[in-house]
Amino acid sequence: MTPTSEFTSNRSSGRSIAVVIFLHVIVAAAALVCFVPFIWLLCAVFKRGDDLFTSVLLPPDLHKLTLSNFHDLFNHESFGWWMINSIFLSSAITVLVVTLSSLGGFVLAKYEFRGRGVLMLIMLFTMMIPSQVIIPGMYELIWKLGWVNSYAALLFPGAASVFGVFLFRQAMAGVPDELLHAARVDGCSEFRLWWDIALPVVRPMIGAFTLLSFIGNWNSFLWPQIVLQDDAKYTLPIGLANLISQPGSTAGYGPLMAGTLLSLIPITVLFFFLQRDFIAGLSSGALKG
Amino acid sequence: MTRSKLWQLQHRYAPQLFISPFVILLAIFLLYPLTKSVVLSAYSTAGGPRNQKFIGLDNYRFLLHDRLFWGATLNTVFYAVGLISLQIPISLALALLLNSPLLRFRSVFRFIFFSTYLVGGVVGAIIFSMLLDARHGLVNNTLSFLLRRTIEIDWLGQPNLAMISILIAALWLSIGYGMIYLLAGLQAIDPELYDAANMDGAGPWHRFIHITLPELRGVLGFLIVVGTIGAFQLFELPYVLFRQSTGPASRGLTVVMYLFLTGFQAGDLGYAAAIGWMLVLLIFAVSLIQIRVLRLHKTR
Repeated sequence: MTPTSEFTSNRSSGRSIAVVIFLHVIVAAAALVCFVPFIWLLCAVFKRGDDLFTSVLLPPDLHKLTLSNFHDLFNHESFGWWMINSIFLSSAITVLVVTLSSLGGFVLAKYEFRGRGVLMLIMLFTMMIPSQVIIPGMYELIWKLGWVNSYAALLFPGAASVFGVFLFRQAMAGVPDELLHAARVDGCSEFRLWWDIALPVVRPMIGAFTLLSFIGNWNSFLWPQIVLQDDAKYTLPIGLANLISQPGSTAGYGPLMAGTLLSLIPITVLFFFLQRDFIAGLSSGALKG
Repeated sequence: MTRSKLWQLQHRYAPQLFISPFVILLAIFLLYPLTKSVVLSAYSTAGGPRNQKFIGLDNYRFLLHDRLFWGATLNTVFYAVGLISLQIPISLALALLLNSPLLRFRSVFRFIFFSTYLVGGVVGAIIFSMLLDARHGLVNNTLSFLLRRTIEIDWLGQPNLAMISILIAALWLSIGYGMIYLLAGLQAIDPELYDAANMDGAGPWHRFIHITLPELRGVLGFLIVVGTIGAFQLFELPYVLFRQSTGPASRGLTVVMYLFLTGFQAGDLGYAAAIGWMLVLLIFAVSLIQIRVLRLHKTR
């Protein structure tokens, strides 16, 4: 029984149909408001420069639609590179951070060793610090290492996630000790305990954290904007943010709209593959801070 | 070395070995820069990391009288209060509607509302800088259509509307995310609680106040505290919405934007670090107050 179950029981059916229709109208209207920016963007990418603003969605004369925005985007801007850079960096950082976090979480959940308590305390402490305060110190370090304008400045700091280790520690606690013990007796190495026994058990968490990490890195702006300096090394958010600040560099806003739309595609595809794990992770409350 | 000895070694040192990559990266790329940021905040580094001069607490003293910093703080606090007090009720209303057993196509609606979570601050800002255009933007066009007269609100040019524009974009980006959490929370409520209330003849409003809200306290508290912390870190949304500027009359300037501009355009890492620590203080204070007032330390 749920909060609204009264409507289906002893009330007149006429009233309950009205309620159902009203509910759907309200929800559909809210969904439309939420989705309209995407529809507007989808229309905008096919419009010529002067039509972008003169017609709200599509121009009345559909022959005026064009693919030239995409053409300009790839020919006059380094958009292809930004896309490749974003895909490479987000994937590489995600693979690294999922691997290291699941290893760390496995150890913290299933082993006793010296310094474990201190490590957990330090980790808890760093969770409370907003990442921006680290940036001045981090920039000095990266500058000393000679990593300014290199991807190492993004890959190495991105590979360690305290939040990720805590997530996996929580998930790994659910791996039965008897299972690990039995595998050990059968001659399984400690590394294979992690790879063959523990990882399959926490598979939904791998999916959820992969999505979370990829979205975070895909949209990351502040730190990449500070360390990356060459146009050809930019990621999508930096390239697009620069495009909007210098309109008229190409054919107005059209190419920018095309780039914005294209930048949403890879992340949407990944979401469709992993959304089940992600929603399950949310529902179990595991992804709460 | 014999095979069995090797076997014992891998068993004994496995935990240290497995966690060492994480610990090493944590030390170099988190603990060291964090400490360095404390030290830097006592230096004047105008002219880049090469010219450092020890000045003690002068950066902090200067910050206390820095009108731009307090302007940025005021903007950021206004944004945080506005975002949380609008996002939570709207997300909750949507979650309640989506939780209704009478609703069809629930997963389609859920995807539509959640889809904006995939959009980052930069892309959200780009889309809304077009939608909020004074003469041709979709928002003014829609208002003109509804009110049957020409509306040309200068959303992005009027100082008083700057933060409102940021809030509009931020709400679009964050309502679905809040809704997903609250929907998960609603679905975790024991249905028997509602059965018992129905037996006692409780109306919908009564059930909402006495069952739904208390049962959601954990999720609501999480969304408020974590959402506020996130709101205090506002940067790319206004930065891109106002075309890499601080907005009309600097009304789009935020604390993190000020940190970025000071450290990486003016080149004073020391002053930027001091701004960062003021942000930490601000977030700590607000989080502590919220946790006390909401009594979150007493849940679970």
